[in-house]
Amino acid sequence: MSDFDVLHQKAKAFYSNYDRKSELQHQTHYCPGCGHGIVHKLIAKAIDELGVQNRTVLVSPVGCSVFAYYYFDVGNVQVAHGRAPAAATGIKRALPESIVISYQGDGDLAAIGSAEILHAANRGEPITVFFINNAIYGMTGGQMAPTTPLGEKSTTSPFGRSIWNEGYPLHISEVLSSLEAPVYIERVALGNNKMIQGAAKAIKKALDTQAKGLGFSLIEVLSPCPTIWKMQPQDAQKWVEEELTKVYPLAVFRDKTKEAQPRPAPKPAPSLETVRDLIAAGKHAQSSPPTDAPPTAFPSRGRKGADLRIKVAGFGGQGVLMLGQVLAEAGLEAGLEVSWLPSYGPEMRSGTSNCHVRIASHEIDSPLVSKPSVLMALNEPSLHKFLNAVEPGGLVLYNGTELPEGADRKDVNYIVQPFTAMADKLGDARAGNIVMLGAAGLFEPSAIDSALRRLVKTERWLELDRRALQAGRECIGVNS
Amino acid sequence: MPKQLIKGNDAIVRGAILAGCRAFYGYPITPASEIAEAAAFYMPQAGGTFLQAESEIAAVNMLYGSAAAGVRCMSASSGPGISLMQEGISYLAGAELPCVIADIMRGGPGLGNIAPEQSDYMQVVKGGGHGCYRALVLAPDSVQEMLDLTMLAFDLADEYRNPVYVLADGFIGQMMEPVEFPERATLPAPPPWAVRGNEETRKNLFTSLYLEPDDLERHVRNLQAKYDRAQREEVRFQQYRTEDADLILVGYGIVARILKSVVNLARAEGIQAGLLRPITLFPFPSEQLRSLAGTASAFTVVELSTGQLVEDVRLAVEGRKPVHLYTRVGGNVPSAEEILNVVRKGALAHV
Repeated sequence: MSDFDVLHQKAKAFYSNYDRKSELQHQTHYCPGCGHGIVHKLIAKAIDELGVQNRTVLVSPVGCSVFAYYYFDVGNVQVAHGRAPAAATGIKRALPESIVISYQGDGDLAAIGSAEILHAANRGEPITVFFINNAIYGMTGGQMAPTTPLGEKSTTSPFGRSIWNEGYPLHISEVLSSLEAPVYIERVALGNNKMIQGAAKAIKKALDTQAKGLGFSLIEVLSPCPTIWKMQPQDAQKWVEEELTKVYPLAVFRDKTKEAQPRPAPKPAPSLETVRDLIAAGKHAQSSPPTDAPPTAFPSRGRKGADLRIKVAGFGGQGVLMLGQVLAEAGLEAGLEVSWLPSYGPEMRSGTSNCHVRIASHEIDSPLVSKPSVLMALNEPSLHKFLNAVEPGGLVLYNGTELPEGADRKDVNYIVQPFTAMADKLGDARAGNIVMLGAAGLFEPSAIDSALRRLVKTERWLELDRRALQAGRECIGVNS
Repeated sequence: MPKQLIKGNDAIVRGAILAGCRAFYGYPITPASEIAEAAAFYMPQAGGTFLQAESEIAAVNMLYGSAAAGVRCMSASSGPGISLMQEGISYLAGAELPCVIADIMRGGPGLGNIAPEQSDYMQVVKGGGHGCYRALVLAPDSVQEMLDLTMLAFDLADEYRNPVYVLADGFIGQMMEPVEFPERATLPAPPPWAVRGNEETRKNLFTSLYLEPDDLERHVRNLQAKYDRAQREEVRFQQYRTEDADLILVGYGIVARILKSVVNLARAEGIQAGLLRPITLFPFPSEQLRSLAGTASAFTVVELSTGQLVEDVRLAVEGRKPVHLYTRVGGNVPSAEEILNVVRKGALAHV
């Protein structure tokens, strides 16, 4: 008994004892004749042969193979039903050097997880998917799968699958092969020993594809389920060989392993100092050169005890939100507390838009402005909407040649000018908001200028806005 | 470094990256999309991953994968998307995986609208997924807090190995305020429990599956012990003029900002009002409210939902004092003057 070689030693990628099982720790939980055991063995062997055990992370699905982590001595992550390709994406993106396997059954992958597999494949996620297709729900006890052949009975298709009720069986390999990104897709079967040899080859090649960094691969394995099919194991295997392969022909549907380029290596991560600078600089870092101008207080109401509550309103496209931002930036420049709150959503794209700006020498409680001390109305509907809310003694700027009918409050101060028309004469009607800002006289021009330099993206607009600001100041009799 | 005027949604991403977040998975939705947009801009430059997922369901499961790999990760959405994520959040809590999810609340139910509401309180604070789990919930009321609390959220997520929400309304997400950035960015080392695709971590496993009833009970009790510890150690709140307050206003997020105005207006009229603002919604500042029930004569809860926060306040006060409720929904936000009228009536009733 001592002089023979063990040819079928247990793969190293399997645990020697299945400690995570509660009983019968020397054997798997799969039924006799089940295909999962065979596929597990082929995968474990391939992991051994490729020498990637330490790098491998196995994603276990929901279904009979939910306990795949009982057996594989690799990093293990068990996930929600159908979501394995998404979780595998999260792992692979975090650990590009790892070998990530998504192991899924037909209900998991082709029904509840159809969106996740389609998009992972379409993104070309460099993961390996092993798709075990036994044309039935095993763990839940024999319900119809999206891959159940026409006419087959199950507990939820008791009269046989019909094209009129359940539709046709879903051909996943064919569907995924219509995508550009996948590198390797093959359908194999466990119908006889020769087929199993073919499956072994495909499984190893799929893992090797990932090890080479080439991209998405999927192996569909037609697999027997003797228990649910109510067949003897050998009959079940024969049914795979003779019947299931008719519905699902074996083929290599995609093989770009020769011509596919390895993914570019991720760029080295920047230092934490660089990251901090990136975050502190913000998106528009390049368009906001630092200013040497000293901070300026706004003169009109005195810095001490300042509490401006401004409502800016007008049509979408009149620069309502921008005007509010310039005010807030200018306030910040002047060393004051500020807040800017927009109305947002579809109304911004047409119709009216408004924003609330608060500028104060003390901490700002509510950023909402319900009783404005300054109303900047760029159109008539806005004037009517907000005029009554303006606090007595407040300032109302209106974009028009004269106050419209009904705007008859006597206890507020008005500045009424055709700001848009004035801007039009300067070269672009859209600068009307800045003409109004100049007329409002709320800030020293230098504070507004710093704000504009931070917010305005192009030189042309900066120059136009400066002229608009000046025109606004002049129209109320302030000369620079 | 001078303060910078930025949007609340922008502040979330910047805080996340400063806290070492290196993966963002999300799906566009108003009013949270700026978070994904900012992440798409900053994340690759910071050496991280940004991926626009095919759905919120995929996004939350990508979080599950990256969290298992030991990378600080986050997503952001609004009500309808958070509803879709609940399955994954239950799995994250069950598998004890940390992540941060920002919910910028909008109007519901169904498609509702995109205007601000606070109607995700129940599904976020009480847990919208299946099983006995809780998520920690932080509720910023300013843009600075959007940054600060997001950073804190990552620390809490790791400390408790649990999902942590940053729960804000559309207003806090959309508004701009000056923000100060911390001096340093951090990047914690991957935790020892992660699956890193190497020999040292090969033994590690993440699952929420415990087939034996005794095993699952033990697991659920362990989770509960964590939540109990959070209740003891992580309660955060702000009090504003409560020392001598007769009427305690309670609200979070944008409502708390309005209530600060209300307190000031009420005090100017001689009504002794104060504000308690929960900063953590789970764990909830129940003890503080209970102690205020000893000194104040009534509470008024103001929320942008039809009575969600008020349940926790009533549970805390335990019937010791009347708890009134004032609500606006649909995207309507009460003005300070509107609430002041309510306060006046309440004050009259309790003189």
